[in-house]
Amino acid sequence: MDYDLQPLLLTFKLAAITTLILCLIGIPFAYWMAYTKVRIKPVLETLVSMPLVLPPSVLGFYLLLAFSPQSAFGHFVETWIGLKLAFSFSGLVVASVIFSFPFLVHPVQSGFQGLPRSLTEAACTLGKSRWQTFVHVLLPNIKPSLLAGVVLSFAHTIGEFGVVMMIGGNLPGETKVAAIAIYDEVESLNYDAANFYALVLFSVCFIILLSVYLLNRKMLVKVG
Amino acid sequence: MIEMDITKKLFSAQGEFTLSLQLNIEQGEFISLFGESGAGKTTLLRCLAGLEKPDAGSIKVNGETWFDSKNKFMLPPRHRHAGYMFQDYALFPNMSVRGNLEFALRPGAKRQRVEELIELMGLGELQQRKPDTLSGGQKQRVALARALAAEPCMLLLDEPFSALDHATRVRLQDEVLRLQRHYGLTTVMVSHDVSEVYKLSQRVMVIEQGSIAKQGSPAEVFKAGQSSGKFSFAGEVLDIETADVVFAVTLLVGNQIVRVIATPDEVKNIKQGDRVMLLSKAFNPVLVPVRSS
Repeated sequence: MDYDLQPLLLTFKLAAITTLILCLIGIPFAYWMAYTKVRIKPVLETLVSMPLVLPPSVLGFYLLLAFSPQSAFGHFVETWIGLKLAFSFSGLVVASVIFSFPFLVHPVQSGFQGLPRSLTEAACTLGKSRWQTFVHVLLPNIKPSLLAGVVLSFAHTIGEFGVVMMIGGNLPGETKVAAIAIYDEVESLNYDAANFYALVLFSVCFIILLSVYLLNRKMLVKVG
Repeated sequence: MIEMDITKKLFSAQGEFTLSLQLNIEQGEFISLFGESGAGKTTLLRCLAGLEKPDAGSIKVNGETWFDSKNKFMLPPRHRHAGYMFQDYALFPNMSVRGNLEFALRPGAKRQRVEELIELMGLGELQQRKPDTLSGGQKQRVALARALAAEPCMLLLDEPFSALDHATRVRLQDEVLRLQRHYGLTTVMVSHDVSEVYKLSQRVMVIEQGSIAKQGSPAEVFKAGQSSGKFSFAGEVLDIETADVVFAVTLLVGNQIVRVIATPDEVKNIKQGDRVMLLSKAFNPVLVPVRSS
């Protein structure tokens, strides 16, 4: 039987781009959150964690409203950046970044917080800039947390369904990711195809998570 | 030359008090800050390094202003080049011993300095090891070498020997003294160990509740001006036994245990665990309780 690989490729493309963007935004944000003393920190922490508890459809619903060209935000993005967010791949990326944000920020932030403050202070007294300290001292010492954050957000993006359903719909090659494709195939009673997608997702996620746990154990053994 | 005149509100277990200090430290001097924990010694050291900001006052080092509350100026710690040795050593776990030293070099500094320090501190065997695999004493030596690698203008030691066993402690004290002389570094050490302060420092400041209660040479400060003895050693009372009319007192002096005879008068004011000075006055040793406060 000939299966359409497009939904799977789309899924991994979405997960890869999302994870990349998350690293660029999420790691500096986690660093800031770990050390900041601003008053609204609890509020920010709550907002970051919201996707963990909200039904994906709630988030999807609001994103759908925000992305629509009739809304101020959607209109702005469409006219000024030239991106159509509703029912498009770019929209999925934006949604996934928001939705997977806590999965990257939480482990990385607690990684930073777990480092003794004296490490940063030592680098300071040795004449190192914030950036040098960040790159050469802080990041290398939270490798296990970084790995956990990257893998969790990647895997979580693969497993996303509700948000994609709400804002992406089911456009082949654009927004039809594997999770949607499974639903689609089941609806048309095409169990073989559904099983194929499901099995691939299951195996990939299993292998990714397993390698993280194995790797982390090795790192911990090395450190301890 | 360090000129410091600062105040800062501190919050301790006993309540709120104000750290208010005015002190001058000469170039090349070895100063100890002595006192109970929570008296503000470490805060003073951190203010000097730029890790904490005083509420008011000024800090000047060799004519250069480091802090001035009137002009709202504070030189960031990375521009101060104060070699700070942390209580937990703060070695970078991701770098080898050599890596830690190399990271500390100033831009443009010669690699030769690392070789020199590795040689000087006897770290040759350890240079490829990661900090996690080192003993406390070894970590301490690396921390000291790392602080020196950055060519500091002063050395700030925060209870540098508190986590070490006695033999290591004595060895490292000698090492610190040797290096301090070698580089002629102005050094400020926080300590609550009398024998350490006695051995290392030229001047000691007793800090109590945020201000200097007493200062002078260790001999002046700890002997309370009572003695005219020729030799003096700081020690700790391990045991006091009665032997007929006199007492036999077992003392720990440095890493030696000695037993001396004491009169009931001398023993009256001391008990087990007390810090004392052992003075040798002609042939009969005299015991005088150490007054640290």
